[in-house]
Amino acid sequence: MEKINVKDKDLVVPGEIIAESMDYIPAAGTYRDGNSIIASQVGIVSIEGRLVKLIPLSGRYVPRSGDTVIGKVTSVGFNNWFVDIGYANEAVLPLKEATSEYIDKGADLSRYYDFGDYIACQVIRVTRSMAIDLSMRGPGLRKLNGGKIIYITPSKVPRVIGKQGSMINLIKDKTGCKISVGQNGWVWIQADDPKSEMIATKAVEEINKKAQNSGLTEHITSLLSKETGK
Amino acid sequence: MTYEKRSDGRKFDELRPMEAKVGVIPRADGSAMFKTGKTIAYAAVYGPRQLHPSHMRNPETGILRCNYNMMSFSGSGERVRPGPSRRSKEIGLVMEKALLPVLDLSGFPNSVVDVFVELLQTDAGTRCAGITAASLALADAGFMMKDLVAAVSVGKVGDKLVTDVNKEEEDFEEGATDVPIAMLPRTGQITLLQLDGKVSKDELKTLLENAKKATKEIYEVQKQALKEKYGAK
Repeated sequence: MEKINVKDKDLVVPGEIIAESMDYIPAAGTYRDGNSIIASQVGIVSIEGRLVKLIPLSGRYVPRSGDTVIGKVTSVGFNNWFVDIGYANEAVLPLKEATSEYIDKGADLSRYYDFGDYIACQVIRVTRSMAIDLSMRGPGLRKLNGGKIIYITPSKVPRVIGKQGSMINLIKDKTGCKISVGQNGWVWIQADDPKSEMIATKAVEEINKKAQNSGLTEHITSLLSKETGK
Repeated sequence: MTYEKRSDGRKFDELRPMEAKVGVIPRADGSAMFKTGKTIAYAAVYGPRQLHPSHMRNPETGILRCNYNMMSFSGSGERVRPGPSRRSKEIGLVMEKALLPVLDLSGFPNSVVDVFVELLQTDAGTRCAGITAASLALADAGFMMKDLVAAVSVGKVGDKLVTDVNKEEEDFEEGATDVPIAMLPRTGQITLLQLDGKVSKDELKTLLENAKKATKEIYEVQKQALKEKYGAK
């Protein structure tokens, strides 16, 4: 017997019955109870063949190794830095992962990354007890000078980036901003003039607000051309 | 002695008018307001964040901490003495125990999720309103939850079994029994059951049935509130 209570892209809340059938398989954000598949988060239903999963609409970033994230240096140690990446615990950037150049023993580490600096870095290790190690060695990983940081919901990062970076490139082209998006939902935006920065910020916030809508690209295109006057 | 008609004109199994709103506190990770009659509860969720003191940390899972507080101006009449009390500490603890069974914090070892419940106005059933608001706030914060928790205080006033007891009924001269119940609306599993007063076994069974019906109604209000915030186009 096949019975599904919701359509693809419907909004569900915890405890809502998505399907009453053994034909579907519960994936992320759902669980099975007897015959039914129940939602366990506030999210949008996504049905892929027999797989039922949720795209969450809120929630903390949970780091996974390989993620490129943006973080804020919260303290400088003797041979490491502590970085806030939006998770409950702070992440550690060890000395040997910090740069490719040679750092003298006992050197002042705040010369490289100081308290309050924003950095684009990569998660290289996450242990079972969620101790997180970061690295700065890799293409595009650097200290972020100037600009501003805005925060979006981590599950909406794919929409901000778009397919093969289509959405982010659209904003970059129209506004002339430099934009860097971390998997943790921290977005760095920098431009020479404050107005472009404002427009790019507005666009990213609009995507964050309307991520589940269809026709998002058209909406953002019209928003950008209206704002930039081009 | 008999209790013929409810003081506010409700039917014996009728809930007070409810209202729920999600996302009322912008700086919190999740927040909600729940209002039933004259009782108003606000809940704010902060975290997961690093837990201090560190001896309370659990390397297997995150922990939940609830804080219950009645505002000094919230009571009906007397000023409520501000600050922690034996009562508020206990209610914080039972709220924690009422919410924990639905929550999955295993993704956040060594950390804590703080829930602050503030009562702006009280007219009995505050812990129930608090639990209902807190479960909404936790869902708003995006935690994995088996179900929302809905809570209601049922009871016996005089010789009648009633749903959603208000303050006037709680203070009924010829005796009243107050039974706060928190349930998972879908399965009817009970996460909080307290009893203050006297009821017979059969009466308690009826009360549980009434509570089951009432929590389903509350769940619909909760669901609506969440969809209102997240469904906005």
